[in-house]
Amino acid sequence: MNMPSRPRALPLETKAKSLTETLSVLAAAFFLLMLALIAAPHARAQGGFDVIIGLTTDKFPDTERALNELPGAGLATAPDIVEALVANRLYLNGPARKLYFADEAGKMFDAATGESADVMASALKKVRINNAVRRSLDAARGALTLMSPDPAKRKAAADSVFKSRDATALPLLEAALAKETVSANRKILEEARAAIVAGDSGANEVQRLEAIDILKSRGDQDAVSVLTTIASWSEGRVKAAADSASSVIQAKLALWRNVQNIWYGLSLGSVLLLAAIGLAITFGVMGIINMAHGEMVMLGAYTTFAVQEWARTSHPGLLNYSLFIAIPLAFLVTAAVGILIERVVIRFLYGRPLETLLATFGISLILQQAVRTIFGANNREVSAPSFMAGSFDFGSLQIGYGRMWIIVFALAVFFALQFVLRATSFGLRMRAVTQNRRMASSMGIDTNRIDAMAFGLGSGIAGMAGVALSQIDNVSPNLGQSYIIDSFMVVVFGGVGNLWGTLLGALTLGVANKFLEPIAGAVLGKILLLVFIILFIQKRPRGLFALKGRAVEA
Amino acid sequence: MEARKPLLLSLIDGRGAIFLGILTAAAVLVPLLSLVIPANSAFAIPAYLVALFGKYLCYALLAIALDLVWGYCGILSLGHGAFFALGGYAMGMYLMRQIGTRGVYAHPELPDFMVFLNMKELPITWWGFQSFPYAMLMVLLIPGLLAFIFGFLAFRSRVTGVYLSIITQAMTYALLLAFFRNDMGFGGNNGLTDFKDILGFNVQAKETRVALFVASCIALGAGYLIARAVTESKFGKVVIAIRDAESRTRFLGYRVETYKLAVFVLSAMMAGVAGALYVPQVGIINPGEFAPANSIEAVIWVAVGGRGTLVGAALGAIIVNWGKTFFTGALPEYWLFALGALFVLVTLFLPKGVVGVIEQYKAQRASANKGGTAAAPAAE
Amino acid sequence: MDIAKNSLLYLDGVSVSFDGYKALRGLSLTLAPGEMRAIIGPNGAGKTTMMDIITGKTRPDEGDVLFAGSHDLTKMDEASIAELGIGRKFQKPTVFESHTVDDNILLALKAPRSALATLFGKPAADTRARIDQILETTRLKDHRLRLAADLSHGQKQWLEIGMLLAQDPKLLLVDEPVAGMTDAETAQTAELLREIAIDHSVVVVEHDMSFVRDLGVKVTVLHEGAVLAEGPLDVVSADPRVIEVYLGR
Repeated sequence: MNMPSRPRALPLETKAKSLTETLSVLAAAFFLLMLALIAAPHARAQGGFDVIIGLTTDKFPDTERALNELPGAGLATAPDIVEALVANRLYLNGPARKLYFADEAGKMFDAATGESADVMASALKKVRINNAVRRSLDAARGALTLMSPDPAKRKAAADSVFKSRDATALPLLEAALAKETVSANRKILEEARAAIVAGDSGANEVQRLEAIDILKSRGDQDAVSVLTTIASWSEGRVKAAADSASSVIQAKLALWRNVQNIWYGLSLGSVLLLAAIGLAITFGVMGIINMAHGEMVMLGAYTTFAVQEWARTSHPGLLNYSLFIAIPLAFLVTAAVGILIERVVIRFLYGRPLETLLATFGISLILQQAVRTIFGANNREVSAPSFMAGSFDFGSLQIGYGRMWIIVFALAVFFALQFVLRATSFGLRMRAVTQNRRMASSMGIDTNRIDAMAFGLGSGIAGMAGVALSQIDNVSPNLGQSYIIDSFMVVVFGGVGNLWGTLLGALTLGVANKFLEPIAGAVLGKILLLVFIILFIQKRPRGLFALKGRAVEA
Repeated sequence: MEARKPLLLSLIDGRGAIFLGILTAAAVLVPLLSLVIPANSAFAIPAYLVALFGKYLCYALLAIALDLVWGYCGILSLGHGAFFALGGYAMGMYLMRQIGTRGVYAHPELPDFMVFLNMKELPITWWGFQSFPYAMLMVLLIPGLLAFIFGFLAFRSRVTGVYLSIITQAMTYALLLAFFRNDMGFGGNNGLTDFKDILGFNVQAKETRVALFVASCIALGAGYLIARAVTESKFGKVVIAIRDAESRTRFLGYRVETYKLAVFVLSAMMAGVAGALYVPQVGIINPGEFAPANSIEAVIWVAVGGRGTLVGAALGAIIVNWGKTFFTGALPEYWLFALGALFVLVTLFLPKGVVGVIEQYKAQRASANKGGTAAAPAAE
Repeated sequence: MDIAKNSLLYLDGVSVSFDGYKALRGLSLTLAPGEMRAIIGPNGAGKTTMMDIITGKTRPDEGDVLFAGSHDLTKMDEASIAELGIGRKFQKPTVFESHTVDDNILLALKAPRSALATLFGKPAADTRARIDQILETTRLKDHRLRLAADLSHGQKQWLEIGMLLAQDPKLLLVDEPVAGMTDAETAQTAELLREIAIDHSVVVVEHDMSFVRDLGVKVTVLHEGAVLAEGPLDVVSADPRVIEVYLGR
């Protein structure tokens, strides 16, 4: 609705237009036919008044009458005539009863047929205008666009009437309404009429109240501004109705704004969730501080890029589906890297979290530089498949497929992980090792193997997060760094060792971020959130869903 | 208890004597070699090298500050770069105010970037920074105050271990974001630069650089001695006790949070001083100094040198940064590989750092000798 | 109220739960000044939680905890409680491993605890003598310059008891002091504790029945967060409920 969002909305409109194009051509043809059938007898009923002849008499009353009749006369050139008259380019040949109009370039056309005419403007007289004629001209102009064969033009005209609330356009509106067949346009016309009627102090109260009801059901910012102006100079029940209607609309609008913030927040939250969920395994469940977690995400994104490049060069047919190859592949690649890291470095550092933090930070530097050396330091482009492009409307909310699928993906990964942990024997062993390593070991569980696999699982999930992030962020060697702090915040905020806490933490932080943004700005909002988390951790050092008691302090 | 030596001497052990000796030698030799002997001599030290060594000394002071909290108190701060940068900004603000009308816009009061941003008057935060003593006070107070507030909240709530590390990282990250904003009034993205004078001397002049180098030597030496005094006192013993067994210390009746807070604030102030000396020598301070990676890098200096040894921390800072200068000059592609590998190898194979290894070697030799002499009589 | 006033330690109706698990359910206990008490009970009976509450580590959900009749321990932190005169020995020996035995005792020695005092203050004149005396008592005199990390398990236990003595508290809480000790060490420890009990109040938590018998003091049996029985060991160990708790399952 506001300016900045305009350019993005534009392609969608064009698409919508092309969709309806075929239909509208048919409709327009039908419409013109109907007009011709209805208008012709109508003109005769008026006493055989010919619009073209009326305009060639060079008498104001005739001109005025001709203009009044013009919109209903079914003349294909009617819009040209009106525009020419407005631009002072309408010429008459009185004796011959011929009317001509010039286009912007000065080329002459016969007004009756629309065919080009071989006449000189200098040899003709211009059609004159006075105030009365001008009024009719304006009305005819409005009426002609309101009755234009192009539904989009009719819609635009109806919209402008709604905004101007010009009471003189009322008869035209009624006429247009009688003929309008496109229901969306009918609605706008009715709203435009309501805007006029509601603001017409001469109209009867019942009609005005009805009109206010229509405006109320329109329910947007424009309706609010119409209603507030009406309320400002009306009295009694009309004023009360207008006031209440506008406050109802405003409440509704505020609600939708919140819904939108929540939606954007959930979308951001799902990204945070994806980035943090692998960390929730390695940090939350295993107690390993993996500073290279962000780089696992980055590797996943580069895997996506590599798969896409492969598809582009050797299997163009797969390009649109390359994400489906990238997801499992990214999981395998990063899980393998994760297991390698665990076996080579981390397993020597169990029980020394601060050392693990330093060593994995070193690994993150190596991975970043390795990717920079192989793929270059520049951003890489990963294109979106067709099913992730575009959007649909939900109430006043525009929902992009890209965001929607990322949310779905994040939740799918989350629940899949829950399933793995709760319902598989690997999950059972892993939880056993986490809770009591020695006991698990003496029960015959190969704890080393479980450690490596759990770390691989966490890393693999990070890799899948990278596939999703490649759709919304630049794929660069620094990709991971921008998520690592946020991910830690999510895990710590949600409560270490609790996956549900991670889910809730990610979504809460995402939504809070989007609600803070309009108030404080994006950067300040983020700073405030960081400060909030820092303070929060001090209030509840172990997060939202902390385990309490002796066990955790050991 | 033992025969009381003068306080200062009692602080200097063998390791410290070598360290302070080298530092003194540097403070004497560098001025000689760069100012007195002719520039074309083989021994002459060019001005850029003086500034480079000065920079290393500032890093060494930062490392000692970090060692004080990490090595002795067990607080792994991943946000010490923030204190360093804040000290640097305080100095930078003084230097900006010294530019006066020599800026591009020749505004008598406002630094160039403020004129550029259409600011009409000096923000309150900048008041007083034309005065050197005030600026120096702020170099101590601002990092100290931030450390006090942060530490007060964190330690009182008993946030420890990796949680503390993570929120210190979040702290410096939040500051990074904040200082990038133009409306903070600290030069935004570009930071503070184009300095002209410090105390009336041209910052670019060779003499000034040498003076700053000597000042860095003195600050590092003083920082070391203060850290020694603290760690050798009973206070220091309590701090080490907290590192080893925090709740035991609590049950002995020590207010652990007060001790941690005191060490943290002292350390932050030392880091601030390091930052303040750093800025005139490198000629710029920008928000990049707040980057979390910088703080973690400082941690690895301490780890390389050997934490809990002070001298080791300083040594680590100098070794790693010398390596950085070498690599980024000769093999820029490989620096991050080398640094990354350093992180991994030191934590895996050198948990006590270089100084730790030396100590261990010495202890082995000593016990071998003792064993030798003990065995000798038996053989006779 | 008189009981509360006259006892050194007074717990009444103390309950605490962790995530729904009730660790203590209305625990009530009184300790007279100068008394030594042994507390026994199976795992999960709430012994360590009780210690945590007395020393301020854990806050009870409900109930009163009074020290010397007037100090409400539920409102104080660990350091204030320690300053008040309650010392604690952990289940697992907890000493300062990178300090010498000397320094461990020095840190525990009754002296101003503030950061300023430790930073700038001078040690009291009799410090050395007091340390030596404690090292004598705990049989650690020969080890005084060794790092605590290098001591044997039993020596660490004694060092920790020595640190408690250095604190000179009115009340000592001792959690399983003989866990992992040899029989000889156990006997020596019992002797040491009896010695200490002459001028201190002591609460000892212990599993080892022969050790409790050696102590020869009144015994309180905890079970599922409440007192099950109280009295001399012989009486208590004859109580069918106690037998059931210890042997029944």
